[in-house]
Amino acid sequence: MATHFTLNGKPETVDVNPDMPLLWVLRDTLNMTGTKFGCGMALCGACTVHINGDPIRSCVTPISAIAGKRVTTIEGLSPDRSHPVQRAWMEIDVPQCGYCQSGQIMTASALLAKTPKPTDAQIDDAMTGNICRCGTYPRIRKAIHRAAELHAASAKPASASADDVPSTDAVLAGGAE
Amino acid sequence: MSAITNPLDRRSFLKTGIAGATGLVIGFYLPGRREVLAAASATPAVLNAWVHITPDDKVTILISKSEMGQGVETSLAMLAAEELECDWKRIHTEFAPADKVYYDPAFGMQGTGGSQSIHSCWEPMRKAGATAREMLIGAAAQKWGVDASECRAENGAIVHSATKRRATFGSLAVAAAQIPQPKDVKLKDPSQFTIVGKPTKRLDTPKKVNGTAEFGIDVRRPGMLHASVEHCPVFGGKVASFDATKAKAIPGVKDVIQIPTGVAVVADNTWTAFQGRKALDIKWDEGPNAAVSSAPIRKSFEDACETSGVVSRKEGDAAAGLASAAQKLEAVYEAPYQAHATMEPMNGTADVRADGVDLWVPTQFQTPSQGMAAGIAGVKPDDVKVHTTYLGGGFGRRGWSDFVAESTIISKAMGAPVQVTWTREDDTQHDYYRPASYIKMSAGLDANGKPTAFTARVACDSIMSWFFPGSIKNGLDSSSVEGVSDIAYDIPNILVDYHLMAGPIPMGFWRSVGASQNGFFSEGFVDELAAAAKKDPYEYRRDLLAKQPRLLGVLNLAAQKAGWGTPLPKGRFRGIACLEAFSTYAAEVVEISIDKDGTVNVHRVVAAMDCGRVINPDTAEGQVSGAIVYGITAALKTEITIDRGRVVQTNFDTNPMLRMNEVPKIEVYFVPSEETPTGLGEPAVPPVAPAIANAIFAATGKRLRRLPFKPEDLA
Repeated sequence: MATHFTLNGKPETVDVNPDMPLLWVLRDTLNMTGTKFGCGMALCGACTVHINGDPIRSCVTPISAIAGKRVTTIEGLSPDRSHPVQRAWMEIDVPQCGYCQSGQIMTASALLAKTPKPTDAQIDDAMTGNICRCGTYPRIRKAIHRAAELHAASAKPASASADDVPSTDAVLAGGAE
Repeated sequence: MSAITNPLDRRSFLKTGIAGATGLVIGFYLPGRREVLAAASATPAVLNAWVHITPDDKVTILISKSEMGQGVETSLAMLAAEELECDWKRIHTEFAPADKVYYDPAFGMQGTGGSQSIHSCWEPMRKAGATAREMLIGAAAQKWGVDASECRAENGAIVHSATKRRATFGSLAVAAAQIPQPKDVKLKDPSQFTIVGKPTKRLDTPKKVNGTAEFGIDVRRPGMLHASVEHCPVFGGKVASFDATKAKAIPGVKDVIQIPTGVAVVADNTWTAFQGRKALDIKWDEGPNAAVSSAPIRKSFEDACETSGVVSRKEGDAAAGLASAAQKLEAVYEAPYQAHATMEPMNGTADVRADGVDLWVPTQFQTPSQGMAAGIAGVKPDDVKVHTTYLGGGFGRRGWSDFVAESTIISKAMGAPVQVTWTREDDTQHDYYRPASYIKMSAGLDANGKPTAFTARVACDSIMSWFFPGSIKNGLDSSSVEGVSDIAYDIPNILVDYHLMAGPIPMGFWRSVGASQNGFFSEGFVDELAAAAKKDPYEYRRDLLAKQPRLLGVLNLAAQKAGWGTPLPKGRFRGIACLEAFSTYAAEVVEISIDKDGTVNVHRVVAAMDCGRVINPDTAEGQVSGAIVYGITAALKTEITIDRGRVVQTNFDTNPMLRMNEVPKIEVYFVPSEETPTGLGEPAVPPVAPAIANAIFAATGKRLRRLPFKPEDLA
């Protein structure tokens, strides 16, 4: 069954099993491997993408649930690593192994889109769903604060993506958040 | 794994080949490997080399170690670039192929582990850079008809000051390759370093912020199929029979095949392979381990410790030392199995063809991966090309090649490139675990509280029985006792003995290996001695480390930076611990509080490290900080338990990791040092658990002697 949605600002159609999670459609059908598989149960956050601007665990989100929605992945966050979160991540050299970082960056960018100057407590709330086994958490925290500064300093809005408008029809994947 | 050898003593240094029009290739090889080099130099694609310069000024440093987060891609390139005098911004890196030239002498094979990379590569990588530099200078001198001593390398070019001539590395590369190899290149005096020791941005970060870094699981090949394997839940079990009818009926399932480790579903995408597994009807022959469970395993360790074992260390007369003591202490400590839980689940991609095999694998050990695939495919190891991808975490897990074997077997059966992907549950339940261990310790104190004797009897699952059986001498697996047998305190009489436990649960190297549990044991017990002596735990350690200047140095630094002895807010308590592991010295002070329900909160960790000269302070800090997070997870959250031959834990709900809201403030300090660098990936793990246990004692008067510490221990 064909599913139509918007992927990183462009129309996309896939004809796959409607139960197939968005994660695997991205990774195996569309060969967009920036979004990672970590647990398959919305427990680790490695698969986080934005759906209509909200951070969603793609590993438990069936493709049928995103019909007509706007999906942004790490590949679509910016064309040139210019998003404030990416700039801050590079400035502070956050990643170690890097495997969880797509998910960390997507969660952090969604946080900043709605909360441009998050407190440590707000960072805890937003980021606690994302596991990093290398233990880069202190730099993630520092980089989120830095991204908030970069955003504030630039005239450009720190959009989480092209579609950061708070949505009323966000897909809340089962147990995801 | 902790053995330190000087690679220069064991390596010869020479030009490995002339790449003609492709430029200058410099490398090393091991004595006796001339034939490898001869073959390699005829095939430029597999040149054994570290430095490669092409006419377009591209400098490529080959990285023989796996990048699993520790920053080795950057730090090894820094070492070569320091001597090469190239433009750092023009540095490229490639992961080296599997080849004997890249063997680490500490392992006798190509691999990454044991916090060994920087130590092993410290001189060879600088020499590779220096030799390339001298050959480029030689080429320029010839071209200009001047003496080489009048030329120097500077920012990617050779310069002749007197005539103000300048030629880029790229323009000289082909000619440089014809220059005789200098026998003894002079390495820079460290005071002249411009790269080494300076905080340097990681080369991999740009790829890790936009999803383009290729991990093993991201490999995509033309015609590639996806597979996933249903493993027997019981260790050592095998397939008795299976019915694949329902699985094969799923659209997209290509085949279902039995392999030695279980039943593989091959499909056109990973999810369909997972779905196929759920539809399998498998009858398992659970084999001899179906009754194995944690409690009887623990009991067998306890029973073993009733009798003396193989002696791993004997100093003086421990029995006499105990007999003469004014005060005697005894304690039993225990540690459970631990899974590695890398964020990237195990996976491997293989393309088995008649003429050879290509592997795209996130492996820590290229040589066994290559050998294993060669054996399965029936080809020579040289016909197996190993493409090492980025590793989504290693921590020792990816020293095993089980995922390589599965992908090779299935690719061979399918006649197509195959990627095998494990689920998180597979990863948790089919790991090679950190050993469980049980230890009985005793000590005697004289009237002043000074130790007169220390004894330890260890019963521990043996890693080496699984990995390098040949390294076990007289029943002693040294990895089981490291961190306790080498107790550094000034104690006149010491006896450590050991029972090698070889059960069915697969064992492996887990970040900091034996020191991960033995550091907890020895540093927890020393804290007990301090308390029995009515001494401050920092001062007690300090007074017993007078002959250990580097360990004493980190202990003092950590205590000073942590403000040891200064008042803390109400409800906060400190603990301290120190240990040498992998020839690096670590001391940590933690600050904790304990909730009414017994939950331990870690608020601050101050770490002091002495790893000799620090190559890249930025990644060094990251390694220590990350190791502390890893250590807190194991101290407070995770354990692997066995029930009826199966691992009980499955995913991150039952094997929970430390998360953002639980992470303390972490401060890392390095002792300034010009000693030969040693590693940092592991040594900051061991002090975490004992420092927390010692803080818990300070808070409650309770000694927690079994990992992990649970709220019910303190409620």
